[in-house]
Amino acid sequence: MSTQVFYFVATLSILFSLMVIFAKNPIHSVLYLILTFFTFTVHYVLLNAQFLAVVNFIVYMGAIMVLFLFVLMLLNLNKDTEPSKSPLIKIVGVIAGGCLIVTLIGSLKAASISSPLILKNPGLGLVENLGKELFGPFLLPFELSSLLLLAAMVGAVLLSKRDEVEA
Amino acid sequence: MESLSNKKKVLEQKPLSFMERMYLPAIVKGMGITISHLFKKEATVRYPEVEREFSTNFRGMHSLKRDENGKERCTACGLCALSCPAEAITMIAAERKPEEKHLYREEKYAATYEINMLRCIFCGLCEEACPKEAIYLDGPIVPADYLRKDFIYGKDKLVEAPLEMKK
Amino acid sequence: MDTGFIIEKFILVVVIFAISLVIAMYSTYAERKVAAFLQDRLGPDRAGPFGILQPLADGVKMFMKEEIIPTTSNRWLFIVGPGLALLCACIGTAVIPWGTPVLIAGKTVSLQVTDINVGVLYIFGVVSLGVYGVMIGGWASNNKYSLLSAIRAASQNISYEIAMGLSIIALLLMTNTLSLKEIVAQQHGLNWNVWYQPLGFLIFMVCSFAETNRAPFDLPECETELIGGYHTEYSSMKLGFYLFAEYINMFVSSAVMATLYFGGYNYPGMDWIAAHWGPTWAPLFGTAIFFGKIVFFIFFFMWVRWTIPRFRYDQLMNLGWKGLIPLAIANIIITGIVIAIIEKF
Repeated sequence: MSTQVFYFVATLSILFSLMVIFAKNPIHSVLYLILTFFTFTVHYVLLNAQFLAVVNFIVYMGAIMVLFLFVLMLLNLNKDTEPSKSPLIKIVGVIAGGCLIVTLIGSLKAASISSPLILKNPGLGLVENLGKELFGPFLLPFELSSLLLLAAMVGAVLLSKRDEVEA
Repeated sequence: MESLSNKKKVLEQKPLSFMERMYLPAIVKGMGITISHLFKKEATVRYPEVEREFSTNFRGMHSLKRDENGKERCTACGLCALSCPAEAITMIAAERKPEEKHLYREEKYAATYEINMLRCIFCGLCEEACPKEAIYLDGPIVPADYLRKDFIYGKDKLVEAPLEMKK
Repeated sequence: MDTGFIIEKFILVVVIFAISLVIAMYSTYAERKVAAFLQDRLGPDRAGPFGILQPLADGVKMFMKEEIIPTTSNRWLFIVGPGLALLCACIGTAVIPWGTPVLIAGKTVSLQVTDINVGVLYIFGVVSLGVYGVMIGGWASNNKYSLLSAIRAASQNISYEIAMGLSIIALLLMTNTLSLKEIVAQQHGLNWNVWYQPLGFLIFMVCSFAETNRAPFDLPECETELIGGYHTEYSSMKLGFYLFAEYINMFVSSAVMATLYFGGYNYPGMDWIAAHWGPTWAPLFGTAIFFGKIVFFIFFFMWVRWTIPRFRYDQLMNLGWKGLIPLAIANIIITGIVIAIIEKF
């Protein structure tokens, strides 16, 4: 039962991610991306990581993608405003894409399938265990990453603030 | 410029004080006012069932009066039509026949008498112009209708009911 | 999973769905009545005694109206928008514990559709998803006013979600659980969370006004600036869906407020009732009390709407970012310190 659900949702994930790339309208792209994130949420639930599922739901679907949509709606992207691409850029794009594929295949080959962290500890994704993990063994990386986010936030505020002298 | 009446009030716009910026005291005060209205008597008059009393100097639909013997007072002199600023009144005079003596008070009477209620501005000048005290604006509000032609009121609607019927 | 369980849950879902729709329906009627009474008027009183059939008349009107889809709009998304708004409003009811388990026909039935252990966060997720209905509808209308309104709705919801989440964290510090069932169970009798978290409740309430797009924060649909807001281009039942979604949102957030801060189905003297009324009627009475609290909050929403004028957009953002968020953070810190002191001694 669970495997079938997994394969169904995984197919949907791949389908929607492909639609993100192939959709002509950027707004449709973002909407497909939201659906992709929704399927990821289902994956998290299947892995019994309820907290991660809900946070993915709130933060990615509920906040970040709303901001994406927000910006795209304001941009008024039309066909004629799209800059024409020179052949040089296209060649660079093909090379970069090819490098990405090579790297991905390489890393997939190197990764071993059996590292069943979740299976060893099925309750790991629950709020209590996750909190204990984060604030116990992973306290330093957790705090460092929060510092990083704070720095980004301060930077954003600084950038958006008008120059006092100029004004 | 100097105010002559001394009634001029200069509006001062100060930045909000801390208490005002908290909004809450003002909100609580406002909510108190609105909730007190929950227990007040409603001002509504349920119109078709209940009618509100008109003031004593209300001017409504015209009525052509009869004298104490039930004869029509109007003598079709045309003063009302002449005085009407809106040109709403028109009439055709006729001579009274001997056998009609019980119907009309004067020897000349109005064979037709029409008021266009769409033109009428209910100023009451016809009432004041009438030498025979034959027209009064003492009726109710002129009712709505669908067609323009239905707003031209003839004698059938204007002349007040005969005395016998009134009793 | 046995069939009996599925049937039981199915019935519960249908009942809750029906109740929330009926409450939303009568909220429209109540809104007009409350507005009228607060303004010394009568309100609708022609359809049926006291006008109680008014919602039916309104529903029929909505269905009979001509359905207009603007030719330049994105047809598919234009239809998805209101559906999504209504869906997101409805699924929030799934995790709310409507009462203690009831004994019906010799079987104990839980009055909660599902008790997931991240219930509070689930509600947040659903609420944050609700803005997509507005955004998609506003964008697909291909109308400047709708688009501006959609953008306003999005930025308003995101801004106030932060303060809302922070105000909840102080509560979670006290309750030590994310499950709504346990949070309610902890508030036995009159031991409600609002006595311990008055500031948190205030912040939460203000934020829920903003999240449901209700006055004084109804900027996405403020008619003086944006005509009809995001539903300017909508007509017929699609407009009805948007209006309905607003009232269901109001119902759900009232239920959440009652659950988190006002003890849900708990009331003083519930032990005596439970001992004397038996296992069928006592829980149902608790549920009735819960609905009483919800109705009070819905009334409160309306009372505020007909008292306070709409905030200006910069005032809204100032209040959210410079007022509520620092307050909520201060509330978390104070709560944390107090809990640490209590645990120490």
